[in-house]
Formats: sequence, C-alpha cells, structure tokens
Amino acid sequence: MTPTDRKYTREHEWVQINGKQAIVGITNYAQNELGDVVFVDLPETGSVVEANDEMAVVESVKAVSDIYAPVSGKIVKVNEALQDNPELINSDPYKDGWISIIEMSDPDEVDELMSAEEYADFTEGE
Amino acid sequence: MRIDGTAEVKVIFEESVSGRKGYSLPDLDVPAQELDQLLPLELLRQQAPVLPEVSEVDVIRHFTRLSERNHGVDSGFYPLGSCTMKYNPKINEDVAVLAGFQSIHPYQPESSCQGALEVLFDLEKCLCAITGMDAFTLQPAAGAHGELTGLMLIKAYHHHRGQLDQKREVIVPDSAHGTNPASAALCGFKVVEVPSDARGNVDVAALRQVVGPQTAALMLTNPNTLGLFEEHIEEIAQLIHEAGGLLYYDGANANAILGVTRPGDMGFDVVHLNLHKTFAAPHGGGGPGSGPVGVKKDLIPFLPVPRVIQEAEGYRFDFDFPQSIGKVKAYYGNFLVALKAYTYIRQMGPSGLKAVAENAVLNANYLMEQLKEYYDLPYQRRCMHEFVLSGARQKEYGVKTLDLAKGLLDYGIHAPTIYFPLIVEEALMIEPTETESKATLDQFIALMIKMAQEAIESPEKLHQAPQRLPVRRLDEAGAARNPDLKWS
Repeated sequence: MTPTDRKYTREHEWVQINGKQAIVGITNYAQNELGDVVFVDLPETGSVVEANDEMAVVESVKAVSDIYAPVSGKIVKVNEALQDNPELINSDPYKDGWISIIEMSDPDEVDELMSAEEYADFTEGE
Repeated sequence: MRIDGTAEVKVIFEESVSGRKGYSLPDLDVPAQELDQLLPLELLRQQAPVLPEVSEVDVIRHFTRLSERNHGVDSGFYPLGSCTMKYNPKINEDVAVLAGFQSIHPYQPESSCQGALEVLFDLEKCLCAITGMDAFTLQPAAGAHGELTGLMLIKAYHHHRGQLDQKREVIVPDSAHGTNPASAALCGFKVVEVPSDARGNVDVAALRQVVGPQTAALMLTNPNTLGLFEEHIEEIAQLIHEAGGLLYYDGANANAILGVTRPGDMGFDVVHLNLHKTFAAPHGGGGPGSGPVGVKKDLIPFLPVPRVIQEAEGYRFDFDFPQSIGKVKAYYGNFLVALKAYTYIRQMGPSGLKAVAENAVLNANYLMEQLKEYYDLPYQRRCMHEFVLSGARQKEYGVKTLDLAKGLLDYGIHAPTIYFPLIVEEALMIEPTETESKATLDQFIALMIKMAQEAIESPEKLHQAPQRLPVRRLDEAGAARNPDLKWS
C-alpha cells in the first residue's frame, strides 16, 4: 500500500511534510526495482539543494541510482543508520529507511508532487 | 573433494602441511653466509612469512580444481552483452611466449628489442587504419583507463586553446556504460545526461537543448549499448563540433563495425578500443586488458609519452612531446596483450576483420528474430552485434531476469549481461559474437524458449536455479555489505 500521508515524485521519492520540514525517502516500488541496497551515499548536513538536484546515491546489487531532492531547501538531518544498515531501505522504505530531512525554502513546491493515488496510477503504467 | 554441490573449496593456506615443500634446490656452489651478514638487521624480518607449505602435486590439484569450477570461452557459450566474449585463437598465445617478446625488459637498449618496437609501431598503424584516426597510444591498461586518458586529452586540448574554464560539461546518453560518466567526473567535468528516443537513438532534440559553449565533449558508444546503430551520428557530430566540443567514441562495441565503417569517418575525435574484446585478447578473469586511445591530428601533441617513432636507423621511443599529458601507465602499456591483438589483426587481415563484424551482426540478428516472440523486444529494429530483450513478460509470472540468468548457468552457458542498460526494464543484453556456430545458437534459442515456458508453467523451478553448479544462489547483498576479503 502507498501511504496517503505524503507526496510522491516521478523519480520514486516520497516526501512527508512536517511544518517547514520535508522528510525524504524512496518508495516501496523503487526499493523493489533496485533490489538489495548495499550502500547509501548520504548528502552532507547543511548543504543546500534545489528541487530535482541529485541529493544522494543508492547502490544496489543491480545498479547505482541517483536520488533527487523533491523540494528545494537545506539538508538539516540525514539518516546515519543507513551507513551501517543500508538494508533499512528495503525492509522499511517508508519509515526507518528515510534518507534525509530538508528544511524547505519554497513549500509551494510540494503542490507540484503526486498524491498517493496518482503515484499508484503512475507506477501501474511504468 | 569433487564438484558435488556441497564440497567446500579450501584456500591454499588450508592445504598447508608443516614441513612439506614443492621445490628442491641444488647444493650451494659458493660458501654459505648468514643473512645478517649480508643485510642490515632492520631490513630482516624476525618471523618467517606465513606461506602455504605444499607439494607440487598439491598445488597443481588445488588450482586445477579451481579452474574446473570456472566458466570461460574455452568451456562454453558466453553471450555476455557489451563484453564481446569471442573465442581467443591460441596462435596469439604461441606468439606471446616467443622469447624475443616474453623475455625482454622495458629498460633494455632499444637497439636490442627492435622487433617489439616494430610491433608497437605497426599495431598503432593498424588501429589507425581500422578506426580512421591519425595516431594512437597503446598505454592505457583497459577500457575505462582509455576513457580517462581520452578525457585527459580532451581536457588538454581545451586547456591549450584557453577554453577549459568555459568547457566544463561532458554529455553522456542515458544508455551509456556507467564508466562514461564516472570517467568524466574523475577528470573533473560535470556530467550531463541526454535521453534516448523511441528508436533507441540519442534524442537529437534533447541533445540540442543541452549542447552549448560549455560542452567539452559528447561520449558515445556506436553501436550503442542497446546494440543499435546511432542513425543520426553525422548530425550529432556536427552539433557538437559547432559548439566547439569534441566527440568521444567508446569502442566497447567496435566488433560490430570492423571493416564496415570507422569512428573517424563518423566525426569522432577521440576513440578507445578494447583489444581484449574486439581483438581477441583474453579477458574476464584471463586479462589483463588493453585500451589504446586514438586521436585526430589536432590532439596528437597531447598523447602520452613515450611514442614509438621510426627513423632511418630503426625504431626508438620518443619522449620529446612538450604538450603531452605524460605517462598514464608504467612503461608502454600491457605489451603482450597488444602483441596478441596484433597477431589477431595480421591473421584476420582486412577481409577477415570485415567478416568478423558481418558474422557478429548476423548471429545477433538471428538470435533476436528467433527469441522476440517469447520475450519482449523494446526496440523493434535491425540490431548490430548485440540486442537487449526485456524480461517484463516473465516478471508478470514472478520470474525475474536474475532467475533466467541463473537458469542458463545450469546448462553450461554464461548468463547474458542483465539489468543493463538501465533504460530497459529487466534487461537481458545478449551478444553471441562471430565465433559461435549455428548449432550453438540454436541450442541457446531452445533453452531460452524452454525457460520462457517454464516461467509460465513452473516458475519455482527457475527460482531454485542453479541446481547443478557447485554453489547455488550466492548472497550478493551480503558480499557487498560485509565483504570478507582476507583469509585469516
């Protein structure tokens, strides 16, 4: 099931909004396509990203994939647990497998993202 | 200790028996001296190194056993896309062990190794003729090293023209080998990706959007990693050149065009070739490789030194190229690999090399036509030396491309390249090469059809493959997450 408490990108990231903060991760569909994740290259805390910038890199047994920032802002926190346990992205993509928290500079950007329903339709067509 | 699916393979250290040895030395014919009289104490180790103590027969059996568990072109079909796993004629090995080639030293006088220098000189000329370039360096040790060298040459070219501050971007198609963006990034360029169009070509309209004065180069594989010839290559070359950029040819797929067309004629400025793919030197564990880089005349001054030149009194190394990027490899590259490639080129001759490309393309198209009914074929076009199927239909039944790949192993066939290129879902990239007979191709087709049926009727069979190999499914994720690289 695609959680309905957040928004989605065409690049298969999810964003959960908490005030000005956006928690970012990748979707269950994405982790399933990637296969077992073996390494996550996390962004640096304090770095500033624009929406659609490459923000992190996820390496699986199949491929190395860029993760894009769904919204613009400053990275205020990253999920350090992924350093030692990258498999959290596979086992719990929507919760413990989160990647970073962005303090949004333009919260209106969220409106351009897909709802859970739209994302489910989108992946149906992929 | 036979291959029965359960036997544990020991490392050679575990076979060690104290006091056992596999050599016998003659008696000394000079007076014996203690080591500490010959070397200062601080250079002497206090404990003997822990080396395996084994007899000759132990060593031979150990490594023969390991080799029996290997799969190579000499043991069976190896349709690993983009790797050109063709048969390597054994005459190449005969030539490579000739004393005049094998027993020479990089520092011996040039006058005493004229034959070896002539090989380097002639090979460069052959590669120029094959690719349509003006000069080559044989130094790079493999394909990705060739890419890096090529990009360093491009960087030197823009630097020399005072434009490097502006020329910061290298454009790479989304179907490219992963080494292309990696090489560009390592060389300090920003990588810009350009999508493919519905026919599997570079999307020229999208390319126009990203080309500009900041473009240092476009890296292109042609035929590309979908096994498709870039139909708009002349237009692409014009676009890049008008922007003051250079065109880089990734030679991974050169096997498809030998003697038919040349990167130099398509407008490429820098080319690398993989001698260990296209020119039948061993690779895939049997390496090392060799990735010569060819350039058009404007880039010759920047080539690595030394270069072999011919003068009235013979061949010699010339270091006097002040704008050279310097050395990219110790000595003169992997000489014996270059020698094997040279032997291959001279054995085949121009018409033979053309027949290589024709048969490689014919074999790939035969497989593609026979299999497209059973697997999805995303790009419905005549392919070149390889083609990419999608296992999407099989995935509907719960059988992934990985399961199909493992299934082939049980029949003594190496798996195709899988999950690459990234733009094809559940990709299976198949390259039969020219050296396989129709009988082998037909056997492969029959197996692939059988697996397509199994995917529908009994998917669990494929989930359990391989069943007949010494090991079953390996824990790839575990190996990558917690690599154990040291025996202790």
